[in-house]
Parts: sequence; structure tokens; C-alpha cells
Amino acid sequence: MDTNLPAEIVYQRPQAFTEVTTHYCPGCTHGVAHRLVAEVLDEMNLRERTIGVASVGCSVFAYNYFDCDFVEAAHGRAPAMATGIKRVLPERVVFTYQGDGDLASIGMAEIVHAAARGENITVIFINNANYGMTGGQMAPTTLPGQKTTSSPLGRDVEQMGFPIRTAELLATLEGAGYVVRRSLHDPKNIRLAKKALRLAFEAQVRGLGFSLVELLSTCPTNWGLSPLQALHWLEERMIPVFPLEDFKVSPALSQLRIS
Amino acid sequence: MPRELLKGNVATAEAAIRAGLEAYFGYPITPQTELLEWFSERMPALGRTFLQAESELAAINMVYGAACTGARVMTSSSSPGVSLMMEGISYIAGTEVPVVLVDVMRGGPGLGNIAPSQGDYNQIVRGGGHGDFRPIVLAPASVQESIDLTVLAFDLAEKYRAIVIVLTDGSLGQMMEPAELPPMQPVKRRQPDWAVTGAEGRERRILSSIYLSPEEEEVTNFRLLQRWNQIEANEIRYKEYFLDDAELVLVGFGTAGRVALSAVRAARAEGIPVGLFRPISLNPYPFEAIKDLSSRARAMLVVEMNSGQMLEDVLLAVSGKVPVEFFGRLGGMVPFPDEVLAEIRRLAHEPVAPNGNPRRSWMKRMAIAGN
Repeated sequence: MDTNLPAEIVYQRPQAFTEVTTHYCPGCTHGVAHRLVAEVLDEMNLRERTIGVASVGCSVFAYNYFDCDFVEAAHGRAPAMATGIKRVLPERVVFTYQGDGDLASIGMAEIVHAAARGENITVIFINNANYGMTGGQMAPTTLPGQKTTSSPLGRDVEQMGFPIRTAELLATLEGAGYVVRRSLHDPKNIRLAKKALRLAFEAQVRGLGFSLVELLSTCPTNWGLSPLQALHWLEERMIPVFPLEDFKVSPALSQLRIS
Repeated sequence: MPRELLKGNVATAEAAIRAGLEAYFGYPITPQTELLEWFSERMPALGRTFLQAESELAAINMVYGAACTGARVMTSSSSPGVSLMMEGISYIAGTEVPVVLVDVMRGGPGLGNIAPSQGDYNQIVRGGGHGDFRPIVLAPASVQESIDLTVLAFDLAEKYRAIVIVLTDGSLGQMMEPAELPPMQPVKRRQPDWAVTGAEGRERRILSSIYLSPEEEEVTNFRLLQRWNQIEANEIRYKEYFLDDAELVLVGFGTAGRVALSAVRAARAEGIPVGLFRPISLNPYPFEAIKDLSSRARAMLVVEMNSGQMLEDVLLAVSGKVPVEFFGRLGGMVPFPDEVLAEIRRLAHEPVAPNGNPRRSWMKRMAIAGN
């Protein structure tokens, strides 16, 4: 038997990913989302010319996990901060990483206007249907009837309104070049999410305007579910409310083939 | 450069451009809007960045982001808009990045009005945003000084990695008078060793205002305080008028100081030995200089376009050594020199109560009901 087969590395830590243990809860999909972003930065060789903007929420420490320059924004203001950076460093790649409370509640004005301006930045938007860091309160993305620590009887839409479909909303704006929703609940969808993230950064590199990937994510701790149950809950409960679709794809991107 | 007839807001904006401003982000609000409009035309023409933000909140956070790259950046607004900027000002201070803010104050609280006021002294000088830090605050009293202090503001911001606020008002912003602009400086992108520009061939850099462990936050707060000690040692600015033999000393900043100067000149013509002390740096405040004056003067009169906010600082500096009186106009009203002159005459001819409450006795004189 020939034992001298050349070794081939088929899987390793992305270069753009730092070697530290994350602070995320077991079963949380933030780690998956982080890894996908790092892989895309590696594949596109962008690490050294990328500036990330972390937000406020569970991903507040995202800057610890990416081996690129980073700033930390005030709650909801990451798109404004990213705008400031991108406008003075237009040749750099700028991305924000925001949760649903940050982006779709307190930062709704900043994200809408960044998209409307066609700000040439990439936004990674984590939708896990609650405020994770503060302990699981109702978010703008909380499902009707969903129990949270601030909607203990379930979200009553008569009193608390309806979930916001952020990707659909932003896709109506002319400045948006790429706006899609994906999910992180199984390997197939993770691969689709990766491809979407790649296209979002391709959109920025090509100057096609605002790009955003909404990623449906799990929050086992605050949902009170096991990691596996949480993945099922996402699939069964969230996807019907937040469909996984392409809402806006610039024609220049739709012809792009990513291997 | 030749002297030109310039409007305060336009002169301030053009001074910033000539000081090498690389990017401006702002939002319209009266009586500041001429700054925004001037930048909107001039900055793109010079190949520099101008952006009208969706709110003051967004504007200050855009400035925050741009400042993190090491670029020379600024924004401007007026009182209600500056209230919205408080969040960003605190983050800028906590991240230790240089930013210049021009605040063209107007009457308040609330929506108030668009007339000149000094009602935001406490808001700006006492902090500007949450947390344990001190902003540098400069108060011009003429169009020329608006130009000069705006240029200085950038140098101080970069020297101390701090937020510098040029605190002016609707009167100075809207008035036109002859002034000289500085020569045009090119945009010079500094490359400070903290700037976030992409980790090309170097270790990554992180700019943040978060220090989750109290021990680290304390170290940061101490660092800010040490820097503030240097600022206090180096950056106190004021102007003195007719103080050599003055028995009565007026203290006023900005427009109120300027009106007070007219009154002082008129009183001097009447032979009254009165002078004016005009603080230019409101933070750091010239406590020592006022303390020195209090050992020479017989009495002091603080003149403000608010209900006596800087008055508290003068009282602190004087520490009861001489009587301090107060005269103010509020709500967007600018005092007439004659009103201040009447106060000077009264103080020159009547004995001054040594330990009165200056605000209450002023209200009594003004015959304001409920006092």
C-alpha cells in the first residue's frame, strides 16, 4: 500500500479569523456567520484592505475575532460610522456586522439612509428574533406570539406591532445593489449563505452600491431550547415569516459565477 | 491675505477648509445652515468629502468613523442638533480620536427659537455626553476669532486626540464684518499610529470606546485626565481689556463679552474705572486669572446670554473674595450695551452687597415676578 500520498489541506482556520475562543453561547450561529465572513475575506484576498465595524449586541466583540482593522460603533450607528470611513477611504472594503435590535430598531434610520444613498458598504445582518445580549427581550424581528422576557405572554401584535422584514424593506431602495436573506440552520443553507456573503463583498468591490445579507440565526440560550431544537425552531417558525430569497440583485452580479 | 467682509458661519466654514479639512458631515439647522451650504459647494469642488446626513445623530457618527482613519474631519450644528450629537461626542472622547464641532447656539430649552443664546454653556462645558471626560471648548467673540479658533481647534484636537467644540451663537454666525482668512493648506493625511486604515503589512488595529473591565476603564479615565492636565497647563486662553486699573471687572464670553466691551468703553469715557475679562477657552477655564483679578478688584459683574451658567465658574474662582453680581438676557435676547452700562454705573456708585445671591438680586432688579 502506498503511504506516500501527498497531504492536502481541505479545511483549516481562515487567515482572517483570529485564534481566540469566542464568547458566544453553545449552539449560537454567530460563530458560523463569523467564519463565513472570514472565509470570504480570505478567498477575495481582502483581509489587509478591510475595515470592519462592530455593533452593539452579542456581536459587540466581533472585532476580537477578525484579523483585520476594526472599529466599534455606538448602538445602531454602524452604517453611519461605516459611511464616514468609506467616504474618506473609498478604496478600502468596509463592512458592518449588526444584530436585529441594533439594525432594525435603534439603527433603522442609519441603515435605511445608508441603503438609500447607495453607500458602497457591506452589511451582515444577524436576525435571531430577539435581543440576545441583554437577555432575550422582544426585538423588531420577534415573531407574533413569540415569548420573550419583555413579551412574557407572547408578542401581541395588537399592542406590540408586527415583525419587520428588513431585507424586503431595504430592497425597495434604488441605492441597494444586493439584498438577500439566507439562513444558518443546516449545511446546505450555510453554503448558500457563504455564497451570498461572497456576492455581497463582490458587489462592494465592484462599486455596485449597498449590499446586505440577512442571516436567520439561532439563539438557544434565550429561546430556551437546545441547540438542535433551536435549529428546528428557526426552520419551522422563522422561515415562514422571513422567506429566504433574493430581494435585489444588481444585474452585474447575477452574471457573476462563483466557484 | 486681504481683509474681506465675511459672514460668521461662512468664514468659519472657509477657515476649516483652508485648515485642510478633509471631510464634513452635517445636517441643516438654523442658525448654522450656512456652514453646511458652504461646505456642500466648496468641498466637492476641491475633491474633498461633503455629505448631508439623515440626522445629527448620523452626522456625528459619520464624523466618528472618518476620524478613526486619521482624517481631519468636522461637523457643525446648533443647540437642538448638538443635543442629538451628545452620544457621538462621548464615543469620540472614549475612543480618543480628534474631531472638531462647531455649535452655533440658539435659544432654548426644547425647540426654543433661532435667536442667539448662550444657554448651552453647561451642556457643552460641563461635559457633552455621558462619561468621565472633558471636551476642549473655545468661544469666539468676532468673525475673525471664529476663523482663528476654528483653525486652532483642529491642531488642538489632533495634538490631544480630543473633541474640540467651537462654541459660538446665532449672532456671531449671522453677522458680517471684515476679517482675514488664513492661506489655503492642502489636505495632509496624517498617518497616526492608531488610525484604522486597513491592516496592510502591519498588525491589525482596533478603535473602540469599550473597556468592559472597570480596571481598564479606570486606566483609560486616568489617561484622559492626564491629558486634561496638560491641556489645563497649556491651553488656557482669555483676553483682558482695561484691567490695569479696573476697580470693577466685567466677565463675559462670546457675544455677551463683546456687548460688555462696548459698555466698558462707554463707562471708561465717563471716567469709571472698569475693565473686561473675556474667557476664550471655556474649558479649560481661566480660574487662576480670575482669582488673581479678584484680589485686585472691588467687585465683579458677570454678563451672559443665559441665566448665569458661567457665573458658577466665576464664583468658584473668586471664592467669596469680592462681591460678584450678574446680568443676563435669556431666551435668545441679546443685551444692549446700554443695559450693561446701567449696571456698571450702579455698581460704580452704590455699595455692593458682599454676600448676596447674584442671580436672585439680578432678578429683583429686573423686577421678575415670583422672586
